[in-house]
Amino acid sequence: MDILVCIKQVPGSTNVQVDPETGVLKRDSQKGKLNPYDLFALELAFSLRERVGGTVTALTMGPAQAERALLECLYMGADRALLLCDRRFAGADVLATSRALSAGIRRAGPFDLIVCGKQTTDGDTAQVGAEIAELLDIPHACNVREISPAGSGQLMAETVLEREILCVRMSMPCLVTAEKDINTPRLPSFVRKMAASDKAVELLTLDDLPDRDERLYGLTGSATQVERIFPPDNETVQEHWAGPNAELAEKLYAFLLDATLIER
Amino acid sequence: MPHLVIHQKKLTPALVQTLIGLCPFGAISEQNGQLVIGSGCRLCRQCVKAGEGAVELCGDAPAAAVDKSLWRGIAVFAELRGSEVHPVVPELIGKALELRESCPQPVWAVLVGHGCHDAARELAHYGADAVYVYDDPLLDGFDPQRYTACLSDFIVRQHPAAVMVGATMLGRSLAPRTAARFRTGLTADCTRLEMRENSDLVQIRPAFGGNIMARILTPHARPQFCTVRYRVFDRAARRSTPAGPVISLPLPGAALSSGTEIIKRLDRPQEVDISEAERIVAVGRGVRDQRGLELARRLARALDAQLACSRPMVESGAFDPRRQIGLSGRTVKPSLLIALGISGSVQFAAGMGGAECIIAINQDAAAPIMRLAHIAVEGDLYQILPALLERIEKGEATHA
Repeated sequence: MDILVCIKQVPGSTNVQVDPETGVLKRDSQKGKLNPYDLFALELAFSLRERVGGTVTALTMGPAQAERALLECLYMGADRALLLCDRRFAGADVLATSRALSAGIRRAGPFDLIVCGKQTTDGDTAQVGAEIAELLDIPHACNVREISPAGSGQLMAETVLEREILCVRMSMPCLVTAEKDINTPRLPSFVRKMAASDKAVELLTLDDLPDRDERLYGLTGSATQVERIFPPDNETVQEHWAGPNAELAEKLYAFLLDATLIER
Repeated sequence: MPHLVIHQKKLTPALVQTLIGLCPFGAISEQNGQLVIGSGCRLCRQCVKAGEGAVELCGDAPAAAVDKSLWRGIAVFAELRGSEVHPVVPELIGKALELRESCPQPVWAVLVGHGCHDAARELAHYGADAVYVYDDPLLDGFDPQRYTACLSDFIVRQHPAAVMVGATMLGRSLAPRTAARFRTGLTADCTRLEMRENSDLVQIRPAFGGNIMARILTPHARPQFCTVRYRVFDRAARRSTPAGPVISLPLPGAALSSGTEIIKRLDRPQEVDISEAERIVAVGRGVRDQRGLELARRLARALDAQLACSRPMVESGAFDPRRQIGLSGRTVKPSLLIALGISGSVQFAAGMGGAECIIAINQDAAAPIMRLAHIAVEGDLYQILPALLERIEKGEATHA
């Protein structure tokens, strides 16, 4: 089974600050890391490969530095790693990102199964997986906690919803997003690091994609546009209480009583 | 193709350093005495604003490709939870009714499922001009492809300007698939929505990990998709009479086939759900030990409140992630939220914005929570809580 895993390099810290005076983003000095949710997706792919054989390919779109995240995937056991890197991909929203990734998958494929993480820690939107599936015109299931081969080009998957779990049979090729905490992701191994040293990350630019119309990608290909970014408005304090702790406790008690939040 | 052009002659050494320093993505660097923009650029245009003319955005996006007058109406996807409509749906309808005040147009609800006519009739009481229903045995249980086929069929029939979907597990699977089918924009987890006279939906949400708000538009595409979490907006009021008809639509041909077959549906055991809680006692890093936790538990019991926490408490293993409030946790909308030893990062605040009354107890008067709370109590929770609990448990008041 040939499996492709979409991964992303995310900021090492989500603590991005904005200057309240100028509205300018303060630069985050932390280095990027592999999106933690992707680790479960990778592990899902590796364990499936162990059961049925085949290959695991890691794919990301990002700046040249994202190569590090792909190398990590190779050290964990990926057979192949692809980096979609081109300034013309910059400023992409969910639609333009999904377009570039699905075009990259078409170019590098065919694959039987695409696995994505549930979401990323920097975007938090959890939307790209389902959009890729639509653009590739294949079935998808989100928040999958278990997957197994079901014969004749099919997979069984357990997909988690709010109040129920659906056991579904999907025809391949298909796409799943991996629920978090469903397995114990393996660590990059030193032996694999040594063995993988000759495996370079393959670079793809817009010119390598099946559809080279640059209006489809990056900022131009994005349906949404960020009109403005701004620091969140802080409500003004209505009341500020200070003083000896015993008095504060008494005041709180009176307040709760007054608001009928407690009974006398 | 929009791209940034650097006018090297307009640069000064000081400006070079400023620009390198302010790029949030580290994409600006100096190479061989020239300022260059690397592949990390996300075209956030901070450098254009601060560049004193040295950085210019060239080649603007193409002009509007869509006739907005052909797209009117706000469609709310009415997710089912069991045999009833998910409680996020009346909240979405409430917001949709508000949005149309600035841009008059119909509000519709779209229900997809099997055996859902009772739910549809009940939903009609919440103010939508019509409730459209796709009801078929093939729609029993969520299949992304069949549900996308139905919602797409509705969009092709009615041409809504905007489609609102609850940011539930189902919604996060359905909305992107349908938005991609129409090659249009989707903004997840909006915390504020407004509508301009030309039906442009102004979508506001925390971005870049949550410490900044972004105002997002879908200026050249229709329909405009957004998802909204449960408990972010106020519910529409239930009226005694239905506001509009329930209209059945035939199953579209595209929903007949699917690459997915549902074999079994299992109940998922119900867990604590702080997003439904009326009262919450939330603890953060300022609650350092078991004794502090016990105090918080006692307070929660006394107030008949749910216990919740901030992200560090989940990371340290002290709490189940389902009790976490924040952008990466749950959104809550209680009438009372008592925040104990919580600093109040924007990440956290994004999940508690809807609380009616926030009381923060914190020793650090400079903590962000102290500016967000309705009552900011500057003091030691290890002193205040025992005294308060004693007063509550004794149950008598002596007003000073």
